[in-house]
Amino acid sequence: MAEPLLSVRGLRKRFGGLVATDGVDLDVVEGETLAIIGPNGAGKTTLIGQLAGSVRPDAGTIRFGGADVTALSDSARSHRGLARSFQVTSIFRDLTALDNVALAVQAHDGHSFRFWRPARGEAALREPARAALVRVGLGERADVPAGTLAHGEQRQLEIAMALATRPRLLLLDEPVAGMGVEESQRMVGLLRELRGSHTLVLVEHDMDVVFALADRIAVLVYGRVIASGAPEAIRLDPEVRRAYLGEEVTQR
Amino acid sequence: MRSRAQAWTLTVGFLALALVPVAAALTHQPFYLDLFRRMMIFAIAAVSLDLILGFGGMVSFGHAAYLGIGAYAVAIPAFYGIESGLVQWTLAMALAGLAALVIGAVSLRTSGVSFIMITLAFAQMLYYLGISINAWGADDGMRLARRSAFGPVDLANPYVFYYVVLGLLVVLLALGHRLIHARFGVVISAARSNEPRMRAIGFATFRYKLAAFVIAGAVGGLAGALLTNQTEYLTPSYMHWTRSGDIMVMVILGGMGTLFGPVLGAIVFLLLEDLLSAWTVHWQVVLGPLLVLVVLYARSGLYGLLPGGTHRG
Repeated sequence: MAEPLLSVRGLRKRFGGLVATDGVDLDVVEGETLAIIGPNGAGKTTLIGQLAGSVRPDAGTIRFGGADVTALSDSARSHRGLARSFQVTSIFRDLTALDNVALAVQAHDGHSFRFWRPARGEAALREPARAALVRVGLGERADVPAGTLAHGEQRQLEIAMALATRPRLLLLDEPVAGMGVEESQRMVGLLRELRGSHTLVLVEHDMDVVFALADRIAVLVYGRVIASGAPEAIRLDPEVRRAYLGEEVTQR
Repeated sequence: MRSRAQAWTLTVGFLALALVPVAAALTHQPFYLDLFRRMMIFAIAAVSLDLILGFGGMVSFGHAAYLGIGAYAVAIPAFYGIESGLVQWTLAMALAGLAALVIGAVSLRTSGVSFIMITLAFAQMLYYLGISINAWGADDGMRLARRSAFGPVDLANPYVFYYVVLGLLVVLLALGHRLIHARFGVVISAARSNEPRMRAIGFATFRYKLAAFVIAGAVGGLAGALLTNQTEYLTPSYMHWTRSGDIMVMVILGGMGTLFGPVLGAIVFLLLEDLLSAWTVHWQVVLGPLLVLVVLYARSGLYGLLPGGTHRG
């Protein structure tokens, strides 16, 4: 078998006395959608941070696209094709939606030590940015200041920014967090489209979303992956049910 | 529309500055020539600080260090008989830029209060270095025998010197205007508002912030070179932390992140100093409340109150 796109071994991180990730092993194959679930405080966001490069692991290795990226910064990993969205919406609120995405395009269009030409007039930045906005369904909202977009739209904007970096793998930290039913459905529809063309790793609490999207589920409890497999197998796994799923699954 | 109003405001403002020498000559008040030249020199320093403070969000509390380096880079060669302005001013910008590179490389690894304190500490180190070097005047400083020489352009002529400073200010603002709207400026501004996001989309923000820091330092060095020509004197007090504070106040008063605002800030600051210090040495009793009012009620500073002044750059 070919090497997985993302391969994590023995990833460990502690914050003082708190063990956030405790020897995580994880593989993501090109083209699949992996959902990471787990109770609050299981270390999911820390794990995303470590994969994206914003949190330095204490131990362990991360291989991505056939190379060891453990020592690379978050910005360097972005150039290898790792993109992320944040659990708490992270956008440039004062800039328009289009400006937000154009920045992401700019980050991947050579260096930015350019001091003369107005960036907002550069078609090379604006056109791909507009295309990414259209793709996530924000084409009509391009010139609206990002801070005044509705919550769901801001989450879509995050996805557009990630897409604009032309990633090989998208790390999505709770993409439907804080959304209403309708917004959430729209986001699931969008992610379902992206599944066809991208490799996705998503952390999510909403089990409906997880079962709607995931090819595979990994269960993280106290910083360890206690189970990993097809959604049906995870749903039936007694250890997972005991540790976490129980109620929510029987409700379905 | 806003940008047209801004164009009017700027035209009127710079026309007024260009006419100061005429007014000074007609009224036989050469003092105003001196005062306004001094304002424009500090305006250059304040604009350079605004690039990192207002646009980049880097609260550097040591900007006077670059002024000081620029001043020494003029006075020391002059002391040894090198009077070429080209040499002196190039040296001023290069050395100040180099100092900013070192100071920035260290301090930009921190943020918030630590950043403020480290930049302050570096400036104070240079200040104490200045007062301890006896050969170059130490505490007392030293007189500049002759202003920087630029061939036929004679800075000893106060009118020539005035228009040289005005010209440099205009060129600086024009370049600054291009810079902040170009890719580089967009990166600097966005890194201020959300740096983790910038890194996540692939910007190695540190190198851009450091470059902005170096540019601001080099321009600060130019302001220092002008300042020592203005006063015809070198003193380590150019590097004192209160001077850094003054420049910061000019930026805040005029309008952080507005590019042109700090020019207004420098003019108002020095005008207040000039008018009020005639009555009392405690003239800052008036400045303080004014600053508080501006910070509370005028988000873009005094510049924001002018027609078109809410335009960023």
